[in-house]
Amino acid sequence: MSDRLRFTFGDREIPAEPGQSIGAALIAAGYRSWRTTRQGGAPRGIFCGIGICFDCLVIVNGRPSQRACLTEARHGDQVEPQEGAGRAGLAC
Amino acid sequence: MPASPAEHAPDGSAGIAAYDVAVLGAGPAGLAASTAAARAGARTALVDLAARVGGQYWRHREGDSGAGHHHWPALRGLRDAAGGHDRLDFLPGLAVWHVERTPGGFTVHATAAQETAGRQAREIRCRALVVATGAYDRQLPFPGWTLPGVYTAGGTQALLKGHGVTVGQRVAVAGTGPFLLPVATALARAGATVAGVFEAGSPAGFRRHPAAIAGRPGPLIEGAGYLATLARHRIPYRTRTTVVAAHGTDRVTAVTVARLDADWRVLPGTGQRLDCDAVAVGYGFTPQIEIPLQLGCATRLDADGSLVAAAGEDQRGSVPGVYLAGEVCGVGGAVLALVEGELAGLHAAWTTAGTRPRARALARLTRRRSALRAFAAGLHDAFPVRPGWMSWLAQDTQVCRCEEVSVAEVRRAVTELGATDARTVKLLARPGMGLCQGRVCGYATACLAASLRDQGGAPGEEDLRGLAARPVAQPVTLGQLAGQ
Repeated sequence: MSDRLRFTFGDREIPAEPGQSIGAALIAAGYRSWRTTRQGGAPRGIFCGIGICFDCLVIVNGRPSQRACLTEARHGDQVEPQEGAGRAGLAC
Repeated sequence: MPASPAEHAPDGSAGIAAYDVAVLGAGPAGLAASTAAARAGARTALVDLAARVGGQYWRHREGDSGAGHHHWPALRGLRDAAGGHDRLDFLPGLAVWHVERTPGGFTVHATAAQETAGRQAREIRCRALVVATGAYDRQLPFPGWTLPGVYTAGGTQALLKGHGVTVGQRVAVAGTGPFLLPVATALARAGATVAGVFEAGSPAGFRRHPAAIAGRPGPLIEGAGYLATLARHRIPYRTRTTVVAAHGTDRVTAVTVARLDADWRVLPGTGQRLDCDAVAVGYGFTPQIEIPLQLGCATRLDADGSLVAAAGEDQRGSVPGVYLAGEVCGVGGAVLALVEGELAGLHAAWTTAGTRPRARALARLTRRRSALRAFAAGLHDAFPVRPGWMSWLAQDTQVCRCEEVSVAEVRRAVTELGATDARTVKLLARPGMGLCQGRVCGYATACLAASLRDQGGAPGEEDLRGLAARPVAQPVTLGQLAGQ
């Protein structure tokens, strides 16, 4: 089904249901983590699932620190894993 | 401020709207409050982070049939009432980050929840405020709890009910409280293998409250139904047992389950390794009270050890014009939240639109509230968090997931740096300083601080308050703050 909602995660295409969050679609695709912590570099994914814990941060269309559990997947979104504060491309 | 029609900005973006009553949170309490207020003649706004009403309890997807939900007809009735009422505006997808007292009432500051849609500032003015922001899972740290694949119990429900996703193929469910049962049965019905439900407490204690049970048999019948479902799926239900460690390198692959004594100290030699690819864990609930705290509302320590906003007979907080309903004024479940919400909505409409509620209706709701609160108190008494949980911590177990603060660092703040309260521990060792602002680690940090200070003491109201104040409740950009 080519008209199914899809977003890219790194170099992969991830299918999503309408209304599904980016985090839920990533879990359904087999991912468990998509962020590393600022100090320990430890992997993190969804923990609370409802926007409380900020563990599942991800870069969506260039914006860092989006909560994957709350951000609705939209067709054509470009999603990237987030390392540390997710601002490696910035001079700060 | 007159009870004028809501004034939306023409572009609908940076709008300011004026209402008699603004209700924060569209779960059971908020839905009941907003429909009661609108019916009583108050122009009412119902604000929620999500795109749909229902809150966490009735979290659902578009076109959901309601299968697997409790009290679904109540949601349908409230949703239809909310949708069909011309005095009630549902304002979805808004993250409320601050509420301030302004002349004639309050100003609610919010931004669009979907940041990808662009950050839009919204202000909502109201004469009375109903805070119905609910609660989230209370967590106790354990070695390995930061591994991907470990979820809050509520998170697994949210992923399942809200997004149709099962967190794993073989799931261990652990913690304390009756909520573990619907989590386990929902996972099993969705096709996951539930490796076991590990209840740290011993709920037989509930038998000490026969009067409360007689007054409210519904939840017990639900409980019996869940236990039957567990039996049908051959899911072990073990009490005085919990997950004391999760194992794996980049995701969870196994847990250690151990027996606990009555104080929840781990019984040596009882640890058992179980393979699983996901863990769902929760130790009761933490009410979301940052808005009442921002407004200066009085708090109290509830029977479950949670800090809650103190509500009076009419659901009023200590600050005039602020009403409280549902878990924010004491965790008690959806049915109690519906009753408190209706009372709060009626009283908020009375003070703003002048509609006096019928005395018989108030008396009926007040009686129901008493019975339901007695039932909730019985549950809190049956499922307490016992201080022995700290025995399963290792020195390098992370307490604060955001700032990656270990047990040893928290301990050092008390024993070497002289902190005597949780807030000073936060300032010295940084637990609670990260993006979640102590929502996840606040309770555990308060427990550790109190225990180290008082040799096994429990956290008091001040300990919990020290990690609960959040002047900015949601992330906002500097540009937005500058634009205010």
